[in-house]
Amino acid sequence: MSVLTAKTGQAIPETSLGRKLKDRTVLIAVYVAFALAVIPLVSVLYKVISEGVQVISADFLTRSMNGIGGRDAGGGVYHSIVGTLEQVALASAMSIPIAVLTAVYLVEYGQGKRLAKTISFFVDVMTGIPSIVAGLFVLAFWILVLGFEVSGFAGALALGVLMIPTVVRSAEEMLKLVPNELREASYALGVPRWRTVMKVVLPTAFTGIVTGIMLAVARVMGETAPLLLTIWVTKVINFNAFQGAQSSLPTYIWEQASDPNQVAVARAWGAALTLIFIIMVLNIGARLLARRTSIR
Amino acid sequence: MAKRIEVSGLNAYYGGFLAVEDVSMTIEPRSVTAFIGPSGCGKSTFLRTLNRMHEVIPGARVDGKVMLDDQDLYGDKVDPVAVRRVVGMVFQRPNPFPTMSIYDNVAAGLKLNGVKGKSELDGIVETSLKGANLWNEVKDRLPKPGAGLSGGQQQRLCIARAIAVQPQVLLMDEPCSALDPISTLAIEDLIAQLKSQYTIVIVTHNMQQAARVSDRTAFFNIAGTGKPGKLIELDETSKIFTNPTEKATEDYITGRFG
Repeated sequence: MSVLTAKTGQAIPETSLGRKLKDRTVLIAVYVAFALAVIPLVSVLYKVISEGVQVISADFLTRSMNGIGGRDAGGGVYHSIVGTLEQVALASAMSIPIAVLTAVYLVEYGQGKRLAKTISFFVDVMTGIPSIVAGLFVLAFWILVLGFEVSGFAGALALGVLMIPTVVRSAEEMLKLVPNELREASYALGVPRWRTVMKVVLPTAFTGIVTGIMLAVARVMGETAPLLLTIWVTKVINFNAFQGAQSSLPTYIWEQASDPNQVAVARAWGAALTLIFIIMVLNIGARLLARRTSIR
Repeated sequence: MAKRIEVSGLNAYYGGFLAVEDVSMTIEPRSVTAFIGPSGCGKSTFLRTLNRMHEVIPGARVDGKVMLDDQDLYGDKVDPVAVRRVVGMVFQRPNPFPTMSIYDNVAAGLKLNGVKGKSELDGIVETSLKGANLWNEVKDRLPKPGAGLSGGQQQRLCIARAIAVQPQVLLMDEPCSALDPISTLAIEDLIAQLKSQYTIVIVTHNMQQAARVSDRTAFFNIAGTGKPGKLIELDETSKIFTNPTEKATEDYITGRFG
């Protein structure tokens, strides 16, 4: 109560011990929480890098597993790098336009309409699809019912199904952040709605949309389950994503890691490091692209 | 270039809510008409019906007639997008496009409508910026972002952007309310220059501003919350501020309410 009865001429009271204690406690709690969050991240990175660098060499990156048995040393991930890049590129090419246009519809055209609400609901449902279900869907529909063969493209379909909801959600949030005043400014210049979307709204949200796309790409690049069902496994290089089994980095890791031989496990570490590195390069590339397009 | 606007029996709605009721008025070309009135009296809503920006808001609609010379802006075959090229607008808060440079902001209306020629654009950008009294301040940094200018400069940039598409009418929705007195003065001087070429309509909360810049003044009022806004009277500015016909106008001008 002494604070309430403070008289003129009285000094401002010192910070009480209780407050200092609370301040310390919370500060320590924050640091501990941060350290706990970082431990798994750092240890995973440390383990992957320290194990991976022992395996990675020019040979490892430029050779396939053709003719190499489980117990043999040597071999590489080239066929898997080719597979992963092709599958993810195809998945992105199919799903990004669909997802971004869906987000544009939801934010720019569908406000309050029943169709938009329905789409929004199903996007939410899709976000929750376990990745293996996406693989099963492509296996059941594309390969078993329509009769297409196992291929990198089938894998890309499964990955695309997984990418769409995440990209829609993130792009939608970014488009919502674009102030309405900018749309109105554009309309007031006699610019039609679609051009306003193309030239004002999308460029304003571009950086955020790219970030969302990168997260989705990074996520599907590490997907294993849907690919096992759709691309099969192969030891040889197959550049044609539309025909025949293809390899990929995650399925390669799965394949090698489940082999009890030390050489195979080492190859799995190498492939894991390669995958992380590719994702990192793509991320940095996307950031640079986003930075270059914004004026300063 | 300037055209006369004749409004008759105009009602503006937001969904089922009647926001502006039965407004009829004539807005003279090559002059400044000011709209004054308390907040929520529908003056901004009415202003936005003059270039069909009102209907951009979901559920908003208008009935009545707005004649621009001899063309009805709400005619069946009239494209609202085309209307907005003829009737330009400046908003309350400066809203330059953040992704565009100063140059591109001014050229935006033309570029987005398909004008491509570099020399043509250069010319229009320069005249528009000069027209908005901004050229001398920005001519050395046209490729810099428009969002980097001060608030007053941004607002003049928005005016330059609006006049770059060569409209007949310029609507201004409280263009100075977010600006300091010096920038306000710059914009008011600009309005005085622009009126030789355009029909200008300005919404303002500042009665001194209305008295300074406008030739004619319209007073809007509402009977109460939830009631529609109405036009009380429209007359020469000098008359509105010295000897208004309506009692409500006099009360508002003299500060007895509002």
